[in-house]
Amino acid sequence: MKLPISWLKDFIDLDDWTVEDIARKLTLAGLEVDEILYAGLDMPTYKEGEKHEFKTNGIAWNKEKIVVAEIREVKAHPNADKLTLLDLFDGLQEQVVLTGAPNIFHLKGTGRLEKPIKVAYAKEGAVIYDGHADGLVLTTLKRAKIRGVDSYSMVCSEKELGITDESDGIIILDDDAPVGMPLADYIGDAVLDISILPNMARNANVIGIARELAALTGHKLKQPRIEFETSGRSVEDLVSIEITNSELNPRFVVGLIRNIQIKPSPYQVQRRLKLAGIRAINNIVDATNYAMIELGEPLHAFDYDVLKERAGEKKIKIITRTAKEGEKLMTLDGVERKLTSMNVLVCDEKGSLSLAGVMGGSESEVYDASREVLDAKGIEIKSGEIQQGKITARGNSTVNVLLEGAAWNFINIRRTAKQHNLPSEASFRFSRGVHPALAETGVRRGLQYMAAWANGTIAPGLVDEYPLKPKDSVVGVTSKDVKRLLGIDLTLEQIAGLLSRLEFKCEITNNQLQVTAPPHRMDIDEGVVGLADVLEEVARSFGFENIPTTTMADALPPQIGNPIYEWEERLRDLLVAIGLQEVVTYRMTSPEREARISANENHVRIANPIAPERSVLRRSLLTSVLEVAEKNAKAESIAMFEVGSVFEPVKNDLPNEPRKLAIVLTGARIGSAWDVKNPPAFDFFDMKGRVGLLLAGLRFADIVYAEAGGTSHLHPGKSAEVKVNGEVVGVFGELHPLAKEKFEFGDSPVIVAEFDLEKLRTLKPSFGIKPVSEFPPMYEDIAVIVDESVAASAIEALIRQTGGKTVTNVRLFDVYRDEKIGTGKKSLAYSLTYQAEKTLTDAEAAAIRNKIVKRLENTVGAKLRG
Amino acid sequence: MLDKLKEIEKAALESLAVVSDQSALDAWRVANVGRSSPLMQVFAGLGKLSKEEKPVVGAAANQVKIVLEAALEEKSQAVKNAMLAKSLAEEKLDVTLPGREVNIGRLHPSTQQLRRVLSILAEMGFQVYTSREVESDEMNFQMLNFAPHHPAREMQDSFYIDVDPSAGSGSREDNPILMRTHTSPGQIRAMREASANNPQNPPPIRIALPGMCYRYEQITARSEIQFNQVEGLAVGEGITFADLKGTLTDFARRMFGHDARVRFRASYFPFTEPSAEVDVECFVCGGKGCQVCKNSGWLEILGSGMVHPNVLQNGGYDPKRYTGFAFGMGTERQLMLRNKITDIRYFWGNDVRFLDQF
Repeated sequence: MKLPISWLKDFIDLDDWTVEDIARKLTLAGLEVDEILYAGLDMPTYKEGEKHEFKTNGIAWNKEKIVVAEIREVKAHPNADKLTLLDLFDGLQEQVVLTGAPNIFHLKGTGRLEKPIKVAYAKEGAVIYDGHADGLVLTTLKRAKIRGVDSYSMVCSEKELGITDESDGIIILDDDAPVGMPLADYIGDAVLDISILPNMARNANVIGIARELAALTGHKLKQPRIEFETSGRSVEDLVSIEITNSELNPRFVVGLIRNIQIKPSPYQVQRRLKLAGIRAINNIVDATNYAMIELGEPLHAFDYDVLKERAGEKKIKIITRTAKEGEKLMTLDGVERKLTSMNVLVCDEKGSLSLAGVMGGSESEVYDASREVLDAKGIEIKSGEIQQGKITARGNSTVNVLLEGAAWNFINIRRTAKQHNLPSEASFRFSRGVHPALAETGVRRGLQYMAAWANGTIAPGLVDEYPLKPKDSVVGVTSKDVKRLLGIDLTLEQIAGLLSRLEFKCEITNNQLQVTAPPHRMDIDEGVVGLADVLEEVARSFGFENIPTTTMADALPPQIGNPIYEWEERLRDLLVAIGLQEVVTYRMTSPEREARISANENHVRIANPIAPERSVLRRSLLTSVLEVAEKNAKAESIAMFEVGSVFEPVKNDLPNEPRKLAIVLTGARIGSAWDVKNPPAFDFFDMKGRVGLLLAGLRFADIVYAEAGGTSHLHPGKSAEVKVNGEVVGVFGELHPLAKEKFEFGDSPVIVAEFDLEKLRTLKPSFGIKPVSEFPPMYEDIAVIVDESVAASAIEALIRQTGGKTVTNVRLFDVYRDEKIGTGKKSLAYSLTYQAEKTLTDAEAAAIRNKIVKRLENTVGAKLRG
Repeated sequence: MLDKLKEIEKAALESLAVVSDQSALDAWRVANVGRSSPLMQVFAGLGKLSKEEKPVVGAAANQVKIVLEAALEEKSQAVKNAMLAKSLAEEKLDVTLPGREVNIGRLHPSTQQLRRVLSILAEMGFQVYTSREVESDEMNFQMLNFAPHHPAREMQDSFYIDVDPSAGSGSREDNPILMRTHTSPGQIRAMREASANNPQNPPPIRIALPGMCYRYEQITARSEIQFNQVEGLAVGEGITFADLKGTLTDFARRMFGHDARVRFRASYFPFTEPSAEVDVECFVCGGKGCQVCKNSGWLEILGSGMVHPNVLQNGGYDPKRYTGFAFGMGTERQLMLRNKITDIRYFWGNDVRFLDQF
């Protein structure tokens, strides 16, 4: 909400407060000021290094150089048809000022004006915005010759003074503007742009903000005086109201004003509306908007004579009802809208008049015959300013206005506004809840302004149908409640003092405060929730900044920890320690993306995906990581992992979210450098080594690798499954050439691994360690020649078995094939470590070695390589 | 004979003076103190001398030997030093050549930030509680005091899950399945777990809830469909708004530095009341105003509030007896502020050129 400070000051004295003070108070109390826009008032200047507090924009008007002046005559320019020369009095002296303003052009050559025109006058040296530049560009007025005439000053447009971006004509001030007064003193302003939270909708108006400030500062709220004279026949004699569904329409109020003259509103009114972000249309429409911004009650003005003609001989009867499915209404933006049975209409006996609480109908809207095209009343029109099918065929301007103020169901209005894509100032307020009590106040305020600005006569009385009065919430509050929730000590009197500033009714009985919510609020409940609602208001009025900071004194909770989370964090640490980069990817993918390596068809589907490629939740974590690797394929070396959930649909229930680990290695095993050329690429064994380190790090001892069967995305000869404690926990290997083809990878093989963490996590680790001997170990190498078909793991197993406890380590250090050792044969060279709890002699070592060699010869036909 | 010794000594010292490398030194050693050197010849010839001459010449020869050996030792050291100096000069590296790097692993920046937050919270007694990412409307919204059609729901547009109409469970219109929009459904789950064991006297709660959340957005530089959140929840007897302020002030100081100024600003969340935004003085500009804080001097880093009575009730905690506070923060947002990241898509883009910098 955009709030001009001058308007705020109509309702609260804040002369000792700067604009920043006000903005700070509001911000801390939950009415966050996003930006302060200066339109005339002095702006704060920050010295080098000084702290800023708000985003600030706009312009200050120099009091000596920008003043109120009057145009006394509009003369022709000797050398330019489109320019005029103004005889202007600035309070001190007569000036000749050059202008091209179209809105006084018609006065050119009409001689001395009978009634001078009051304008905003900027003298030489004044700093204003350049009216002709795109955007806001500051400029200093300098003396110049324009078409042979000296120019040193100007009369300003709204853009030049930073009020709106309107630069077409000059500002024409109200007739009572005091000539010579600094313009800043007359209409200088600053606008607070305030975010209105959903629970603060009651404050989306000037009075609401003033009331909050009254509560926050202790200054008194000046209630608006709504008084006016009436005459003629009472509106009750002329109009009746029928509400068919009081849940949807708890109250409907109308008033009547006769013999109005449609014309522009006073400039002060227009200026405030514009600063509040609302277009000025004419005095009648402006009065409805002005009252709405001021009080928060959206109003709607009908052309009374249109309704009277539709009613014929009968009394006008306003009926509110839900629309028939498919019923149509031409709204005042000229769009024919097809309605549904959810939409509520304001009708007469002949048919629909307006879409309740959202937008008026075009037929009965207030009509200004002096203008070719009517503007919609403050509606934000999204696409294009040219409106379709405007009704301009009525002969005469509106003279009699029937003014509606009503209360609607906020959920219904919200859905209707959304359905028809009609966000408006009215629907913004109604869709957040407006208290029915405001309907009457709003109508009376609107009528008052119409009488003042359009010279109308208000008819006596109001027609007020009020079938569903909201219950006034009453809450009991004690000092103990305040202490218990807020941690501060307040007496009942202090609590009452804080709440009554927000217009809560407070009554102290039996050490308890009985608090009644004020008649503009719908957000205060009763009971335990109502208590929290009221205590929130106590805290805000007291000021969050005044509440002390303490540490919790209550009992510590039982220590449960989170073993699953802790285990996964340790897993991540191990993965990082073995040189892998963690990635975190999107959970949303598509079956097509996953089909590249995964045959899963049953996915959890998103009902409203943002794009087809994000239409399901992933089932394959490996696909996610492969996609990241693919995106990074230009990197020399890729070694990455992700730990995360996949999603498996469950009939009639929420999906399962099992945790997985996926690893991808591809590219160079070590980085190339100035002394390392063509480094080797990652292969199967790089992954196997890392998997081994990972599982050892998780303290698993019983780890078995075996050929992987039936994993279609892996190379059949270069893949393995991993068993821990006898259970398969994962598979790894080189990506199958056909699978790899579906990605854009380079030449290097792509090595992948996938683990089932749900299973791995449940397996029993082994925390024991091997003792470290004090006696020196002996090292010895053995190389044996065996058939190709003999697995390396079998040889190692035999060595370990035969060597027993004494052989503490067996490391394969060479695999060799050569014609000399025979085709179909390979040589495997092992380095053995002998270790005993004494110093071994050569003879003892030789005995073990001989045993091993014999065993290998007998069991796998190995031949010792000489 | 003594004259001869003098000559030997003189000649030897003279020739040593011009020796400058190891091989010349070795040659000198052989020539002057070696077995067949003139000096050694003198020792060898001692036996032929008379009884009187023998001790005199012997002593003089010994003296020469001592002098020459000392000179040799000195020279030898000098040659060694010269050689070392030479080789050091020759071994000089171009120290501007690149160092040899190791391919190290790293955690994703979001994980790193989650850990920073959680470790501070852990020290403050908040234990990690994790819960599912696909939730029911009931848990994600209704139990947290978001009524159907409540305006606050507009702040959290959701991804809904297709329910198989053939599943036969009937329509889930009142309780659709969705991607959680915040970690707060975990608050209900944690409270219910804790209160289930002892419904009359449920134990106090102090938990941290980390995890991925989802909002229906377009993916742009400023908006993402998924983000990590950490929430904290403390429930007990006698927890006040003043405790909320104290706890979060402490947290902010641990997180952003001990001189970090914080302020509490009234706000609105359906599941807390009163609610407060916690702003910390902009750590980029020190509060002077910059692009990051949009010239306000403050950064919004936490949402917080006293747990709403309806939420306590839904968790099995009697709001007349128990109070509590909750708070939440976005980890990627914190990283963006701290590291001046202007494009939120970097996080799930996983470009190694981005990840390598953390």
